[in-house]
Amino acid sequence: MTNKDWPLWEIFIRSKQGLNHKHVGSLRAADAEMAVENARDVYTRRSEGISIWVIESNNIHASDSSDADMLFEPSNTKVYRHPTFYDVPDGISHM
Amino acid sequence: MKVLNSEELNRKFQEKIDNDIKIEPNDWMPDAYRQTLIRQISQHAHSEVVGMLPEGNWITRAPNLRRKAVLLAKVQDEAGHGLYLYSATETLGADREDTIDDLHSGKAKYSSIFNYPTLSWADMGAIGWLVDGAAIMNQVPLCRCSYGPYARAMVRVCKEESFHQRQGFEIMMKLANGSPEQKDMAQDALNRFWWPALMMFGPSDDDSPNSQQSMKWKIKRFSNDDLRQQFVDATVAQAALIGLTIPDPDLKFDKKSGHYIFGEINWNEFYEVVKGNGPCNKERIDARRKAKENGLWVREAAMAFSAKRAIKKSA
Amino acid sequence: MTKNEALFNYTLRLGDDSLILGQRLAEWCGHGPILEEDIAITNISLDLIGQATNLLNYAALIENKDRNADNIAFLRLEKEYCNILLVEQLNGDFGDTMMRQFLFDAFRKPLFEMLQFSKDKQLAAIAEKSLKETKYHLKHSSEWIIRLGDGTEESHQRVQNSLTNLWRYTDELFFTDESDTLLGELGIIPDFSKIKEVWSANVTAVFEQATLQIPANNWQFEGGRKGRHSEHMGYLLAELQYMQRAYPNMEW
Repeated sequence: MTNKDWPLWEIFIRSKQGLNHKHVGSLRAADAEMAVENARDVYTRRSEGISIWVIESNNIHASDSSDADMLFEPSNTKVYRHPTFYDVPDGISHM
Repeated sequence: MKVLNSEELNRKFQEKIDNDIKIEPNDWMPDAYRQTLIRQISQHAHSEVVGMLPEGNWITRAPNLRRKAVLLAKVQDEAGHGLYLYSATETLGADREDTIDDLHSGKAKYSSIFNYPTLSWADMGAIGWLVDGAAIMNQVPLCRCSYGPYARAMVRVCKEESFHQRQGFEIMMKLANGSPEQKDMAQDALNRFWWPALMMFGPSDDDSPNSQQSMKWKIKRFSNDDLRQQFVDATVAQAALIGLTIPDPDLKFDKKSGHYIFGEINWNEFYEVVKGNGPCNKERIDARRKAKENGLWVREAAMAFSAKRAIKKSA
Repeated sequence: MTKNEALFNYTLRLGDDSLILGQRLAEWCGHGPILEEDIAITNISLDLIGQATNLLNYAALIENKDRNADNIAFLRLEKEYCNILLVEQLNGDFGDTMMRQFLFDAFRKPLFEMLQFSKDKQLAAIAEKSLKETKYHLKHSSEWIIRLGDGTEESHQRVQNSLTNLWRYTDELFFTDESDTLLGELGIIPDFSKIKEVWSANVTAVFEQATLQIPANNWQFEGGRKGRHSEHMGYLLAELQYMQRAYPNMEW
């Protein structure tokens, strides 16, 4: 990539009040202001959003997929974190 | 962490695919899978962007305000679709501007249909109805493609495309029910776009060497010939409904199979157009190249300004 | 002149400005300097075509002569179009297009801000809707003027030339005649001198940030509002009207 090319930005859209911003894709822009405007035109042409976040792609740090076993598998055995682990006698509700 | 050799990696990868687990950007993938996807998705993106030109040709001449707005919105969507798809190729490590340069140098291909000229207003109808119709047939299965970002981009594209085919059919219907000149215009557009639309599904299965592997990787779900057949079966009835004639003397319904049998496609023409000898190949690429060249000073200025502002901010 | 005649004139002027600029911007579709900006220009064009549709429909209603927005948009003679000269100027390079857009948006925003309080309910409603779109157009074009003006040496020179060439058409933004005077007295349209104050302050501020100079030669052209256009207009109309002229009296 030559430095003439605009950097890549990741776009997050909140589709309606009460929901999280969700990643929808990326685009090119020279600066953050432009990235927000471009995101508006590219990703909300059909009223898909009410709020936009943009972040330059190279500022995103991701977990390594080859570490997935060490990162995520240990929690699989901690079944006691889930309510279904516990016995609740019949006749008890709202617990 | 266990270090896996490439055979084990390959086996695990195929296992994931077989179990319909999506592949995501950072996951290990065979290089051939990555290269196939980069080629296919960027070609798809190029097709969307080059596809803006034949329709863009009629925006300033649209016959009324409603049609003008609809066509503008439609062609704008194609730009958006190109962008969603370039965005998917970037997740595979392919820089967008580099893939665009490959298009301009003739190294990368795009859908051959966009190398045909748009000669009348009815062509806007024919393109929406036939070309977007064929594209949807191709794209719906791609929403389940094994590569996550491509599948997600296709979900978005398919949602938006549904209006494209409808607006095209509406144009054709209006013309077919209109004056004799309008009817002629519609039939002429169908005559010119029918065969190129069938070619959009690509070479026949016997001549499509990469198809097998793509099916195994679940990048492709149906064969070219199956999709083409599906398209013919759906479209013949639609043409009949608005009183237009499919320009194929060999077309007939086969009761036994429940499918239409259609005439031989001129594959010679197809390969010539793909090679660059279509009526508008040069014009299309020239227009795209010119847009990029003429925009260079604008893109540079925006970068220079952004750098200046960053310095001002930190000072 | 009756109130209705004046209201028709005014609505037609606003509608023609939107129509002709929308038509010009549509020429960019597929040829933008980068895909993202292609989409942005098309959005502005779409907004303007939408405004033109609303305004010309209203003009047809006021006129009450069995015409609709399409007849008015597509079937007049050149001298019957009353858009200002600025909006019919060629797209030129991206800098020319953005400069034309900025000079226009900077006028349209204060206009709609004031027009939304018009005593004419329909015009007020159109202004209120159009204002939201125009605010965004102005933000977009101002930012580009600043970027290009204060970008590279080349971009500065190019967009300075755009300003020098287009400045001659800005007085016509504030053109008024007897129909405007009448509507002004009736509280239907705002005072143009107030719009001009806001416009001047805004363009001066943006040009300062963009390091651009307003040309010393202040010779001004006008004519569009009276139906006297530039040489470009005939070609623009030839495209716009092509289908309606070649195939008269048909539905599309």
